[in-house]
Amino acid sequence: MKRAMLVLEDGLVFEGESFGAEGEVFGEVVFNTSMVGYQEILTDPSYKRQIVVMTYPLIGNYGVNYDDVESSIPQVEGFVIKELSPVVSNYRSKQSLGEYLYDNAVPGIQGIDTRKLVTHLRDNGVKRGVISTIDLDADSLLQKVINSPEMTGRDLVKEVTTFESYQFDETLLPEFTWPLLELKKREVFNIVCIDSGIKRNILRKLNQHGFKVTVVSATDTYEDIMSKNPDGVFLSNGPGDPAACDYLVETVKQLIGKVPIFGICLGHQILALALGGQTYKLKFGHRGANHPVMDLETRKVEITAQNHGFCVDVDSLDSKDIEVTHINLNDKTCEGFRHKRHPLFSVQYHPESSPGPHDSDYLFERFHQLIKNNQASGQKV
Amino acid sequence: MPKRTDIKKILIIGSGPIIIGQGCEFDYSGTQACKALKEDGYEIVLINSNPATIMTDPNIADQTYIEPVTVEFLEKVIEKERPQACLPTMGGQTGLNIAIEACDKGIFEKYGVELIGADYNAIKKAENREEFKAAMKKIGLDLPQSDFAYTVEEAEAVADKLGYPIVVRPSFTLAGSGSGICFNRDELLKVARLGLEYSITTEVLIEESVIGWKEYEFEVMRDTKDNVVIICSIENLDPMGVHTGDSITVAPAQTLTDKEYQRMRDASLAVIREIGVDTGGSNVQFAVNPKDGRMVVIEMNPRVSRSSALASKATGFPIAKFAAKLAVGYSLDEISNDITRYTPASFEPSIDYCVVKIPRFAFEKFEGVDDTLSTQMKSVGEAMSIGRTFKEAFQKGLRSLEIKRFGFGGDGYDEFFGEKLNTKEKLVQFIQKAKTDEHIKEKIMHYISKPKADRLFYLKFAFYAGFTSEEINKVCFIDLWFLENMRQIVDLEMELLHISETKHDSSSRVVLGNQSALKNIDLYLLRKAKQYGFSDKQLAFYFDTTESKVRKFREKSNVTPVYKLVDTCAAEFKAYTPYFYSTYEDEHDVTPTQNKKIMILGGGPNRIGQGIEFDYCCVQAAFAFKEMGFETIMVNSNPETVSTDYDTSDKLYFEPLTFEDVLNIVQFEKPLGVIVQLGGQTPLNISNELEKNGVKILGTSVASIDMAEDRNKFKKLLHRINLKQPANDIVYTEKEAIRAANEIGYPVVVRPSYVLGGRAMEIAYDEDFLVKYMKTAVSLSDEQPVLIDKFLENASEVDVDMIADGTIGVVGGIMEHVEEAGIHSGDSACVIPPYSLSPAIKSELRDKTEQLAKELKVKGLMNVQYAIQNDDIYCLEVNPRASRTIPFVSKAIGVPLAKLAAKVMAGAKLKELGFEEQVHPKHFSVKESVFPFIKFPGVDIILSPEMKSTGEVMGIDEDFGSAFYKSQDAASAQLPSSGTVFVSVKDSDKSRILPIAKRLHEMGFNIISTKGTASFLSEANVPVEPVLKIAEGRPNIADFIRNSTVNLIINTPNGKGPMLDEAKIRSLAVSFQVPCITTVQAAECAVMGIKAKQEKGFKVQSLQEYHLNKNAEKASISL
Repeated sequence: MKRAMLVLEDGLVFEGESFGAEGEVFGEVVFNTSMVGYQEILTDPSYKRQIVVMTYPLIGNYGVNYDDVESSIPQVEGFVIKELSPVVSNYRSKQSLGEYLYDNAVPGIQGIDTRKLVTHLRDNGVKRGVISTIDLDADSLLQKVINSPEMTGRDLVKEVTTFESYQFDETLLPEFTWPLLELKKREVFNIVCIDSGIKRNILRKLNQHGFKVTVVSATDTYEDIMSKNPDGVFLSNGPGDPAACDYLVETVKQLIGKVPIFGICLGHQILALALGGQTYKLKFGHRGANHPVMDLETRKVEITAQNHGFCVDVDSLDSKDIEVTHINLNDKTCEGFRHKRHPLFSVQYHPESSPGPHDSDYLFERFHQLIKNNQASGQKV
Repeated sequence: MPKRTDIKKILIIGSGPIIIGQGCEFDYSGTQACKALKEDGYEIVLINSNPATIMTDPNIADQTYIEPVTVEFLEKVIEKERPQACLPTMGGQTGLNIAIEACDKGIFEKYGVELIGADYNAIKKAENREEFKAAMKKIGLDLPQSDFAYTVEEAEAVADKLGYPIVVRPSFTLAGSGSGICFNRDELLKVARLGLEYSITTEVLIEESVIGWKEYEFEVMRDTKDNVVIICSIENLDPMGVHTGDSITVAPAQTLTDKEYQRMRDASLAVIREIGVDTGGSNVQFAVNPKDGRMVVIEMNPRVSRSSALASKATGFPIAKFAAKLAVGYSLDEISNDITRYTPASFEPSIDYCVVKIPRFAFEKFEGVDDTLSTQMKSVGEAMSIGRTFKEAFQKGLRSLEIKRFGFGGDGYDEFFGEKLNTKEKLVQFIQKAKTDEHIKEKIMHYISKPKADRLFYLKFAFYAGFTSEEINKVCFIDLWFLENMRQIVDLEMELLHISETKHDSSSRVVLGNQSALKNIDLYLLRKAKQYGFSDKQLAFYFDTTESKVRKFREKSNVTPVYKLVDTCAAEFKAYTPYFYSTYEDEHDVTPTQNKKIMILGGGPNRIGQGIEFDYCCVQAAFAFKEMGFETIMVNSNPETVSTDYDTSDKLYFEPLTFEDVLNIVQFEKPLGVIVQLGGQTPLNISNELEKNGVKILGTSVASIDMAEDRNKFKKLLHRINLKQPANDIVYTEKEAIRAANEIGYPVVVRPSYVLGGRAMEIAYDEDFLVKYMKTAVSLSDEQPVLIDKFLENASEVDVDMIADGTIGVVGGIMEHVEEAGIHSGDSACVIPPYSLSPAIKSELRDKTEQLAKELKVKGLMNVQYAIQNDDIYCLEVNPRASRTIPFVSKAIGVPLAKLAAKVMAGAKLKELGFEEQVHPKHFSVKESVFPFIKFPGVDIILSPEMKSTGEVMGIDEDFGSAFYKSQDAASAQLPSSGTVFVSVKDSDKSRILPIAKRLHEMGFNIISTKGTASFLSEANVPVEPVLKIAEGRPNIADFIRNSTVNLIINTPNGKGPMLDEAKIRSLAVSFQVPCITTVQAAECAVMGIKAKQEKGFKVQSLQEYHLNKNAEKASISL
C-alpha cells in the first residue's frame, strides 16, 4: 500500500492510501454530493485547478468508459474518496478508475474520513490543499499549500479553452436519449459556442435540440464571432474567477443586443458582469446533482446539477433591465435571469446535467424558441 | 398550493394484521400520516384491526376504529363518521384493495367521500397488469415480453410461445402471493392454477424470465404542481427472481453510471406521471440485463411500501409524512426538510454511507416448507444497517439479524451442510480441505445456484474453495461488485487467521497464551478489520480469545467507533435531526449532552414470536420519558418500525442490538440507565453482559429476570408462594430426558431454555418422539439445557399482564385463551374479560400474580401464564418483561400500560400515575392470531406449542360473540352466515362437537362429514351428509373445497405432519380461503359469533368512545 497525504491550508491533515497516479498536486479542495457520475465530474473542465472530494464513499464501482466524458482528459488536479471499488461492474466499462487516473497522471487519495473533510469545508469554507505521495511531511506540505495560488482573481479559462474553432456534431448515445423528444424536421440554427471550458454534454444537447454548433476560443473577439454569422451565441461553463476574465466580459458586452445569447454557469456569471453586475465567491459553492431550483415563472421546481464556487450578486443587477427567473430554494441565491429588452437569458446551474437529473432540458428548447422569436421579430443582426 | 380547506375530516385505512409482505412498515407510515395531518388541523378517523400498532393508540387519530379492515366495516365507519376524504395509500396493498372494492361498490360516491393520495384510475392502472403494460408501452418503456391468461390452458399456450423459464404473476395480490418461476410445464400448471385462484380478477401474467438480471427500485414522490423527486435508489444484491422483500437490498444503487441512473430516473418520473399518481409516493421497479444494459420496467406500487419505509430510514427523508401532506394539497417546496430545517423537501437526498437491508426468515417453524426463495415473499422481517462502506454495513446487517451470526461467518457458528466449524482449528482445516476437495467444491457450487436464506454463507465457502467472483457470478448471478466486496472480507479474514496462526507457530502457546497473538495484530489491520465491519466476536474467534479481551485490547489501542449523522444531504448543510450510525473513522458528528438520559433497546428485526408488539412498547417508553423530561435514546435495527422514526426519540442510533454495539453507545452517551424489558427477548439476552460491564439496567433487576428464567430458582419461588407448577425437570442429555419423562409421565412439553415464541417447543406423547426431539433440539441451543414439563391435558390457559412499581402491583388484564393449554399463547385467541372463569379463580389469579411480582421485585411489566385444570391453578411461565399482549390489553382497558411501565422504571409510582386498580371493561375484546400459511402452500396449519403466527387482530364489541366474529373477520377468516359446514373431528372431541353441530343445524347450516364423524352425528340425530375423504375416491372433500361448496371447516387434528389426509384438507382450505377451525373451543366461539351476526348484525364504535366514559379519569391522566 502506497501512502498519500492530504493537507489543507488551515493545517488539517489526512493520511490515506494512494490510488491512481503518484505525485504532488495543489488545488482548491471542493466537495461534490453527486452519488453517481464521477467520470463526468473528473472530466469537467470547470474543475480545473481543483481537488475534488466525493461525498459518496464508494467510488469506481462502474469503472470508466469512452462515452461518458465531458472532455478528453480528467481535468481535476486530484481526487479524494473514501473507498475505491475492488472491481469494475458495468457492461460499458473499459478501464478501472485507478488505471484511468494513473494513465492521466491524476493522484488520488482514499481511505480517509471524507465526511470529516466535507464537514470542515462546509463550516470553514473551501480551502487550498495538496495531495502528495512524495512528501509525507505534513509541515512541509502545509508550507507549500500556503504558497500556492488562491482561486479568487484567477483566470483559468485560458487554460482550458480551445485554440482553434471547430464544428461539433457528436450526439447523445441513442440508448440514453430517452425520453424521445419530438424534434424531427425542426429548423436548425447556427450557433457559436464560446468555449470557456465547455462540457461536451452541453454540445451534445445543443445538437439534439436543433443547433448546428461551432465552438470558438474564449479569446475570440466580437468580430471573430460575428463573422460566423451566428443565429445565436452560447456562453459556456468554465473554471476560475469570472471577474478575472475581463477579455471575455468585453466580448460579451459587445454581443449583447446584437444576437440572442444563452449562458450556463460561468457563462451566466460573465453575462452578469457584462451587464454591469458583480459576482462573489460562495463559502463552499454548490456542487452536486440534487439542488432544487424554482422557475419563478412556472413556479415549478426542478432538481438541478450544479458546479460553481462563484455566484451572481442579485442586488448588483439593474432590476429595470434584468429579471431574475430562477432561484435556488436551498439558499435563495440567483440561479437564472433574463434581460427585459434584449434576447438573452442564462442559468447558473447545468441543464445539460451529466452528471445529474434531466429536469432542466427545457432550457435548450427555450433557447431555440428565443432565436426563433428573435428572427420572427426581424431583429436579427 | 397551501393545504386544502374544503376537507375537515379524513379517513385513513390501516393495513390490518402483520402478515408476510405487510409488516409494521405500515404502522410507521400510517402513524406518520396521522400525525402529519393532525398537525395541520384535520380530524383523523382511522380504521385498523391491528391493536399492536402505534397508529391505533387513541392519541394518534381522533377516532380510532379497531374494526376489521373490510368493505363492510369501512362502510359502517364512513356512515357513522362522514369524512370528506379517504387516504388509502398508507395501508399497504390491503388499503388499496379495500379502497378499490369500496369504489366498485359505490360506497365513496354514496357518502360523498373523495379518495386522496391516489385515485381509482391510478390504482387500477398500476395494479392491473394489462393496463400497466399498455401504459408503459404508451410512454415508450420496455417491458419483459408477456401475455395475460385467464385459464390454465391459456397460461400454457403463452408459456409455450415465450419459452421457459417463465414467471407467473397474478393480478391484484400482495407480496407476490401465488406468483412463481416455472422451468417446465408441470410447474407452470401448478403455479398458474394457484395464481388464478389468488387473483381477485382471476388473471395471471405469463412473463419472459428476467431471472439473473440486476434489480433496482426507485422511490418517487410527486406533488400537485407536478414536481417529482427521487428519494432513494435501491439495488438488490439478489438478482431478479427473488422477491425484493426477500432480497438483500442496498441503497443507493451501486453499479449504475450517471447515464444509466438518469435513464432510470427519467423512466420513474414518466411512470408516476403516466399512471397518474397526482400526489404522494410510489415505488418503481426495474430490471437491467447485465450483459447489454437493456432496462425493463417490472412494476409500480402507487402507495407507500416496505421499500419506501426503508428508503425513509435509509435517507432520513420521511416519505409517508410528506406523502400525507401532499395528499391535502401542499407542494414539495412548501414543506421544509425536518433535518436541515432551512431547505425545502423538494430535493433529492444525497447520502454518504451505504445501507444494507437483510431479510429475516422463519422457515424452521414450518415443517415441510419449501425454503427456496422466489417471486413470492417468504421473509417475516428485516434488519437494516448503515456503514461507510458496503462491507461494514453488510457485516453489521448480518449481526443485526439476530440469527446468532456476528458477521459474514468466522464467528464460530459457521456450518457446512451440518458440519460445525465452531473452532478456529475446524475452520482452518475446512478452508484447507475446500481448496482441493472436488466433492466439496461441487456441493458448494450446487448450493449457491439456488437462492436460499443461508446462501450467503455458502458464497463465503465458495471463496474458501478458491472460486473467483466471476465463476461464482456465473452460477448465482449476484453482481461482481457485491461478490468482490465479499471477497475482500474473506481476504481480510485470511490475513487475520494467518497472523493468529503465525504467532502460534513462532511462540509457545502455553507461555504466551492467546492474547499475545492478538497483540501481534498491527493496529492498522485491527482498524481495517473494524472498518470492514468485523465484530469483536469474530476477532475473538480468529485469535482464540474472548470477546471481552478483544474489546479491552481495542479500547486500549483506541480503536473505537465514531457516530455519524444521517442527514439527507451528505453533510452539505448543518443537520438538526439526531439520527446516527457507528463507523470506524476519525470524527464524531455528535457530542453527547449532559442531560439526564435513558436509553431504550428495541427488538431488532421482526420474527415470529417477536414482532411489532415490542416496538409498540418501546415507542410508548420513548413518549413516557419525553413527558418526564428525560432525553431518550433509542437503539434499534428494524427499518419497518415507528421506534426507528427519528421523530420518536430525542436520539436514534440505528445499530445492531448486540452486546458490542450497544455497549459502545452506552459508553459514548452515558445514559442514567438502559431499558431492556420492552424490546422482547433481544435486549434481555444481552442484559446480563451489559450489567456486568457496569451498565445500569432500569426496572426489574437482571437477577429477577434470571430467577424467572432459571428453572430451579423459579421452582423454589413458586414453592414459597404456594403456587403449583406442572411437574417438570431440566435435562442435558437424551438419557436424562427419557428418565425425566418417565418420572413425570407422558405427555410432556419439551423445549430449550431461553427462547421466545415457543421455538422448538413440542408436546411429546411417547418416548420415540422424545428421543427424536432430543436429537434435534439439543443441537439447536448448544450447551443450553432442555426443559421438560408435564403437559396438562384439557386445561384452559390464561395470561395475566401486571404492572408493578415495587410497592404495588396492578393487573392490566386477565386473558382467557380460547384454545386450550398446549397451543402457544401467541397463537391462540384470547379474551378480555375472561368468559368462563369463576370469580374465585379470577381473584386467586390476581393474588398469585401480585405475589409473584412482589417476590421478583418487579418494576415495570410482568406476564404470567397459567393453566387451569379442574379449578386448580398451575403456573406455566413468568416473564418479568413486556409481553406480546401489552398493546392488546392496553387497548382493551384504555390504559397505556407500556407507557406507565416506562415511567415506573424511571422511578414513578403507580399511585402518582393514577393507576392503582384493575380496570374491568364492560365490552369484550378478542385477540386473534394471523398466520402465514397462505405463503407456504402444503404446510399443515394446526396449532402447537411452537408459535407460527405473524400478527394479530382485535375484535371489540359489547358481547363476546360479536367480538369474536369481528376478530375472525379481521383475520380474513370471515365466518359464513349460511351454507355448508364440513365437520371432522378426532374421537376425543366428538362429545364436545355435538352441541356445536346441533346449533349449526338449527341456524340453518348444512353439515357434511367424513364417515366417522357423520355416523356419530346422525346417531345423535343431527342431520349430516357423508362425504369421502381424499383417499376414499371422488368426488371427495377436496373437490368440495375446490368447488367452493364448503363455507366453513371444523377439523380437529388426529395427528401432525403435512403428509396426512387431514393436513391436506386444512392446507387446501388455506389456499381456497375457506375458514378452517382446528380446535373445538374455537368452534364453540365461532357458533356464538355466527349467532350474533345472524341475530343483530354489528355496530362500530371507536376506542375513544369505548373508553371515554368508563375510564374518563384514567384516560385523562395517561392517554
